Parts: sequence; C-alpha cells; structure tokens
Amino acid sequence: MQVDQATVRRIARLARIKISDDEAKGLEGELSGILKWVEQLGEVDTVGVEPMTRVVPIELKQRKDIVCDGEIADDVTRNAPVSENHFFVVPKVVE
Amino acid sequence: MQTSGSTKGKSKPSNLIPGATGDWEVVIGMEVHAQVASHAKLFSGASTEFGGSPNSHVSLVDAAMPGMLPVINEECVAQAVRTGLGLNAAINLTSVFDRKNYFYPDLPQGYQISQYKQPIVGEGVVEIDVDGELMKVGIERLHLEQDAGKSIHDQHPDYTYVDLNRSGVALMEIVSKPDLRSSKQAQAYVSKLRSILRYLGTCDGDMEKGNLRADVNVSVRKPGEPLGTRCEIKNVNSIRFIGQAVEVEARRQIDIIEEGGKIDQETRLFDSAKGETRSMRSKEEAHDYRYFPDPDLLPLEMTQGYVDGLKKALPELPDEKRTRFVKQYGLSAYDADVLVAERENAEFFETVAKGRDGKTAANWVINDLFGRLNKEGKEIAASPVSAAQLGAILDLIANNTISGKIAKDLFEIVWSEGGDPADIVDKRGMKQVTDTGAIEKVVDEIIAANPKQVEQIKANPKTMGWFVGQVMKLSGGKANPAAVNDVLRRKLGI
Repeated sequence: MQVDQATVRRIARLARIKISDDEAKGLEGELSGILKWVEQLGEVDTVGVEPMTRVVPIELKQRKDIVCDGEIADDVTRNAPVSENHFFVVPKVVE
Repeated sequence: MQTSGSTKGKSKPSNLIPGATGDWEVVIGMEVHAQVASHAKLFSGASTEFGGSPNSHVSLVDAAMPGMLPVINEECVAQAVRTGLGLNAAINLTSVFDRKNYFYPDLPQGYQISQYKQPIVGEGVVEIDVDGELMKVGIERLHLEQDAGKSIHDQHPDYTYVDLNRSGVALMEIVSKPDLRSSKQAQAYVSKLRSILRYLGTCDGDMEKGNLRADVNVSVRKPGEPLGTRCEIKNVNSIRFIGQAVEVEARRQIDIIEEGGKIDQETRLFDSAKGETRSMRSKEEAHDYRYFPDPDLLPLEMTQGYVDGLKKALPELPDEKRTRFVKQYGLSAYDADVLVAERENAEFFETVAKGRDGKTAANWVINDLFGRLNKEGKEIAASPVSAAQLGAILDLIANNTISGKIAKDLFEIVWSEGGDPADIVDKRGMKQVTDTGAIEKVVDEIIAANPKQVEQIKANPKTMGWFVGQVMKLSGGKANPAAVNDVLRRKLGI
C-alpha cells in the first residue's frame, strides 16, 4: 500500500503531530515502506484460523466491585501544568 | 445506527407529518447511554459516586498515568449481561474491548475503551405500548464502555476546567434499530428502557444527573421510500426533550428538502431553551476513531452456566408483572401499566392489595395516592401515607366501618397528620351509622319536614337523590349509603 501526501497529513492531524512540508515528503516514503513490510504477512494463509489474542492460556483478570482507589486529588493533579482547586485547567475548548 | 436499510414498521397515518408536498414519515433510532450501577469504575477501583469534589474519585488509571493498566470490574460485566437478558437479547460469550481514539481534554487516555465489532450483547427486543397499541422495537446491540470526564467551560473566560470523577465510570450503550416512527414512540421506548433498567437494578435511570441520556438519530422520507440521510442529536437528557427534539428536527429536515435542499449527515445539539437543534460541526472532523482491539485487555469470556445463573436470579420485569397484575388482581391493562412503570409503585400496590380486593386497591393507589403525590411533586418513597395505612383504610371500608366518602376524609387526615386509621375513626367518631333504627329516625324527620318533596318523589322516583343527600347531611356523612337507600325506599313506598 502506497501512502500519499494527503494521507500523511491526515494521519498527522489525527495524531495531533505538527509536520512541515519537508517532513511530510519524507514520511510518505517511510510510512509506505513500513506498510509494505507489514503487508508481507498477507502471504500467510489464515483461512479458518482464529485471531491469536494470547500466547499462553490465560484469562482476562477481573476485579471485585470494591472501592479501593482514588481520593488522591493532590497526586492526580501534581504534574498538571496548571490546576486550580484540584481541577485540571486547560486552554479554552470551544464547543 | 440507522444504516441497516431496514424498512420494516409501517407508519400509521396519524404518525405522518404533513408537509407542503405531502405526508412525511420520520424514522428514529436511538443510542441510549446508561450508567452501570456499580460501586467502583469499569477498569479501576475508584468510586463512581456522584458529586465528589474535583478529581477526588480518580485513580491513576482513570487519569491515564503512564504504566497504569485496566482491570475489569466483574460486577459491571454482570450488570451488562443482566441488562441484555432483560432486553431479550443474545449474550455473546466472547466479546472484545477496543480503543476508540480521539483527543479531548476530558479524555486523558486519548482513547475511550469501548466495544466495537464484538459487543457483549447482541440483538434483542423491547415491547412498548403507545396509546394502547403494542409494538416491538428491535435492539441492535449493547456494549460496555468508559465514560469521559467533565469539561466546565464557564468558570473562566480563557480556560476550561476538567474534572475526571466520571472518567472511567462504566456505561452501557444500548443501540436500537431504526424502528421508531414518531416522537411518542421514541418517548415510550426510552421510558420502557428506563423502567426495565430500574427493575433490573443495572442503572438508576436518573436523567437529571445524566445517568441515562440518549443520542437520537432522526431522518425523514416519503412513506415507502428508502431511508433519508440522518442527523444525530447528541445527549438529550429528558423524556420530554426527546419528544421535542424529534419534532423540531423532523420539521427542520422536511422544510429543507421541500425547499429543494439536501440534508447533511451531521451531529446536532438540542437547545431546549430555544426549542431548536443546532449543528455541532466543530466535532465532525474528528470522526475517524481508528478502532483497534485494546492490547491491555484480553477478550472477555463467559460460560453459558454463568449467564444462566444470572438469568435465574433476575427479578420479575415490567411486562411479566403487568400480565400477572391483570390476571391475579383483575386490573385493566391501563391500570396495570400505570402501576408497573416504577418498581417501587408496583411493590407499594402489592402490599396494599395483599389479602384485599385488587381493583379497589388499584383505584385508591392510582387515583387517591398517586394523584396526591403528583400534586405535591413527591415520590412514592416519601409518601406520608404508608401501604399499611392505606390498607387499613380499605379494611375499614370493606367491613362497613366507614363509607367510601368518609374514607376520603380519613385519607386526608392520615396524609397530613399520620396515625392509625382505625384509631382515628374511633376517636373522631367517623364510624358510619349502619343501625337501621337510627337511620329510620332521621328519615322520619325529613319526611315529616318536607311534604312537598314527598309528593314529588311519588310522581318521579328519580328525585330520591335529594333525600339521600339530606340524610347524609343530617348524619354528618356517616350514614351507610346502602342502608339509607333501603330505608328511604321502604318509607316512601317506591
């Protein structure tokens, strides 16, 4: 699969990564190369094979419905660039 | 999702909306978000309690700190399965959690853990009653997902404040098929869904707190034509607003098409103050969610035995209860419907009806009690008259201690002052007079004092009501009406 300029820009935008025109050109080739490499997997015949979700037979671990965490607003907001009264404060998001 | 091209379900003519170019049919599908009733969040041990101080009910998992891993809450899984069973739906013994990717400040992970291709619950059906007519509404799916945090935009002119207390709380998204054809049907569907969830105890259904909210998909077409382009009205949070939103959105779309325009598929917001829907185009661009299975979570697997165990423990649901009430108590379908809509109401009624006449109990509960509660805006839990007290009032009527009319006065006294109804009747001399001798004495007095009326009634027996009224007046309403009628007939010779 070949990735074009427009796709590179869209992916960057969705990932919120700012890229220059030069970088976009370079990424076009890089991303195409990565996809081509992964595409080799398409050569394997997987008809009737369940997708592999684990390499050892373990089950999804579940927790009891017990409140055993939280009440640490100081810790939660400690790394926030700006906070007030334990709220995270971010640039205005206009609806 | 209204893309399945389903065309089943014909509209009754009364559901059609008239336009300049003829009648239009509105097609509605719903995505209802119901907060799962649980103590802890879907993937963390933080509390789900409403109204904590900012970021108090938040664990490092909910705040998406690096290295934190989700561990699923088994009760949330059970609640989703119970709900699926209550919706007569297929339970998928294997389901998968996916990441739905988008950026927003109240979503610290940068993705919502949801279920996409393999939800926990598949197709089901809900039966609704619209103006006495039963109809089935298809359920497309139910999946589990995380709620996002809350953004507060009005605290500061330049900043948005973010509180993650809701972040990670478990939601069930319940998607209907596009089977609904009017605002009334849409409202009946959400009411019924809410009732089922509350019976099951899987969601408290509190729409004011946002614990139950609906995204409403609306499109219009000429009857018999393929589905039109739909618009999605986000987060409508009351049954009344759901009705209004459907009405104004259908009208908006009809006007555009009739003026030669076309509908853009988009997300809209219902403004209840202005009574209009508005485009939310700003969010549209991000609608590429790049779902993929969450590598932090193995598929969710259940055994049939586990599902069967939950099924066995389900409570009686509204439909079953309604059928039983009609059969067991001889109630009309309408009365039974009114009584079963809320589980607490049904339980109150059954306590009153136990060992008594079901129809009388239903009349008193619906007309007198509910009527009074509604007037004062009270819930049944806050009723000043308990089921035991109302039952005692009914007993006093049944054993002829008081008349039905005095019973209404007694109800008022119990409502405002409380107390044991039998005691009140004793202490205030409210017992009805069944003693024929005493009634005869009063009747004799009235006959003697009103010769003209006696003449009249001989000519026209229909004027007997006047005499009954006089007897009641003189006896302070305490004479037994049946006994009064008997004595009057005998004395007046009619």
